[in-house]
Amino acid sequence: MTTISKVRYTRRSLLKTGGAAVAAAALPAPMVWGQETKNITLRQFGTGVSNLNEVAQKVKEDLGFTLEMTALDSDSVTQRAATQPDSFDIADIEYWICKKVWPTGNLQAMDTSKIANYDKIVGIFRNGKLTPESIIAQGTAPHTVGFTSGVNGTDFVDEESGFMTLIPTIYNADTLGIRPDLIGRPISNWSELLNPEFKGKASILDISSIGIMDMAMVVESMGEYTYPDKGNMTREEIDLTLGIFTEAKKNGQFRAFWKSFDESVNLMASGEVVIQSMWSPAITAVRSQGIPCVYQPLEEGYRSWGGGIGLSASLSGMELDAAYEYINWYLSGWVGGFLMRQGYYSAVPETSKNFMSADEWGFWFEGKPAQGDIANPFGQVMEKAGAVRDGGSFYDRMGAVACWNAVMDENQYMVRKWNEFIAA
Amino acid sequence: MVLRKNDVTGWALATPLSAVLAVFLVAPIVMIVVVSFWGATEWSIYPAFQFDNYAFLLSSDVTYRVFLNTLKYAFVTWVFTLLIGFTVAYYLAFHIRSLTWQIALFLLCTIPFLTSNIIRMISWIPFLGRNGIANSTLISMGVIDEPVEWLLFSDFSVILAFVHLYTLFMVVPIFNTMMRIDTSLIEAAADAGASGWQTLWHVIVPLTKPGIMIGTIFVVALVMGDFITVRFMSGSQSANVGRMIQNDIGLLQYPSASATAVILLITVLLLIGTLLRFVDIRKEL
Repeated sequence: MTTISKVRYTRRSLLKTGGAAVAAAALPAPMVWGQETKNITLRQFGTGVSNLNEVAQKVKEDLGFTLEMTALDSDSVTQRAATQPDSFDIADIEYWICKKVWPTGNLQAMDTSKIANYDKIVGIFRNGKLTPESIIAQGTAPHTVGFTSGVNGTDFVDEESGFMTLIPTIYNADTLGIRPDLIGRPISNWSELLNPEFKGKASILDISSIGIMDMAMVVESMGEYTYPDKGNMTREEIDLTLGIFTEAKKNGQFRAFWKSFDESVNLMASGEVVIQSMWSPAITAVRSQGIPCVYQPLEEGYRSWGGGIGLSASLSGMELDAAYEYINWYLSGWVGGFLMRQGYYSAVPETSKNFMSADEWGFWFEGKPAQGDIANPFGQVMEKAGAVRDGGSFYDRMGAVACWNAVMDENQYMVRKWNEFIAA
Repeated sequence: MVLRKNDVTGWALATPLSAVLAVFLVAPIVMIVVVSFWGATEWSIYPAFQFDNYAFLLSSDVTYRVFLNTLKYAFVTWVFTLLIGFTVAYYLAFHIRSLTWQIALFLLCTIPFLTSNIIRMISWIPFLGRNGIANSTLISMGVIDEPVEWLLFSDFSVILAFVHLYTLFMVVPIFNTMMRIDTSLIEAAADAGASGWQTLWHVIVPLTKPGIMIGTIFVVALVMGDFITVRFMSGSQSANVGRMIQNDIGLLQYPSASATAVILLITVLLLIGTLLRFVDIRKEL
């Protein structure tokens, strides 16, 4: 696949001469491309959150090429990105995974001058600041692993170098999920996870890199210890954190640990668990069964995560151009709207606004009470009129991030200790 | 040495199986042993000859606890599958008179095994849960006032699932050996004045030993190597060796996973080797 049609060259020069915005605005109308575009297949893999068949269908409609999606859990995603670079074209991974995978050289940097909406990407992914006054949270903040020194760079640089490791696509702020009907009182601190009141009815996720952060939030909230950086603990801090949780485990605090999304939904919906670490769409899934479930904002703030699209190092020629086309399309709004109507945030919220109704935008982004029924992208009604999003507006939620999902320098030690915790 | 025609035929006949075993059994095991001496960084593994993986594994008391736990699961599961398996096989072999019914009932035993064992395992979860069928039935019958917590996500549920999944592996070989017991031996025992229990203990059990042993090997090997049952039925709260290996693989620690696998393999081989000291199954096959 080294032959490239002339049409494509024309289009590229268009992009270079500042026609990028026009090209992006023309989306989702099909591009005038060489016929061979239709034969292109891009293989994307990633965690379940954004690997949606609807996206692949829309890509086929709008861009003409085929997107093959594979959904895996975060461990497998890391493994595959790090060890099988030829098995994918596009990696849809989280920023902490990027920190692990990027140094292997299996991904290639992306030229930001080819990204039409680059300037509109929210500050979190560029200089780390949501608003100019924001304090950068602990952990692997996306902007710290978002840029590299050049096309073939395997390092990370602090400034906006023009070469991005991942194009941010989706992110959210996570907190504890609770069953208000079974708890019957307000919950406002992370420390409640280890409250003996919920003995045998609590759960935490069994994914070490994320679980340890939730634990750190709890330990800090209990007043046991204040971490200089929750995202990069020392061995002593790891021992302390897991020690507290091992003791709780032995005392029967936890009903179960969960590893996959649906496990967390089942634990909550069946009432096995009344308080646990949870992800936003899992809350929605519980609620759509008619069971009350709240994504409880907590005083200490949120544990946040962000994902992005990375390109395989072996991608070149027409496939590479198609991948850029896909990225530009991704940021142009349709996907953003689709994801935001599930409770996630888009990296370029202002383009997503065009693909959402004013009421949806008000509910999901601005934290305003819903005027009418709020449906998810699949048409299922999620909230009735008058409902307000847990945690409020985008700026309330993303502005209260206490730490980002992270990978630590002492990661291997932490993982071994985590295994001991599970075996304890 | 001159090859006689018979030798050539013998070698030719043995070659396909040897080749298959070499490629699909010996080579992977050799590979695992080799990799167990390698080193790993967070995202890659590199060839080396070091004992780090074993040193870490054998010096951690978690390893011993996990191995002990795995052996515990294997032993308890073995006891229950043996009791149930033997009883079922005995009933089929000696209480059902017609061969047609024996075959029909035997096939009936295998019907649940036409579904995926993951499905069979997971279907216990809603049944045993806090608000599950078992608890709500017990409460409505007045047996208990509060839901029983240990039914699910406990050692109980893990072993229940194991017994449910693996009893058939005990039934089949035991039934098979029982069917080959000459009934005149039982008549002779009765004629000599043996009671039912004496016949069972002194005639049937000794003659069934090879079947019991084959079933035991199946059950022990399956339980020792399992990871998914323990993960789901204990709600990730218990660990066995399989889960330890799975966790390592998930975190790209292939060398450490290989080292654990090698130790597990040695443990299982020792266990089966010991078992085979008691019964010579080849003689009986």
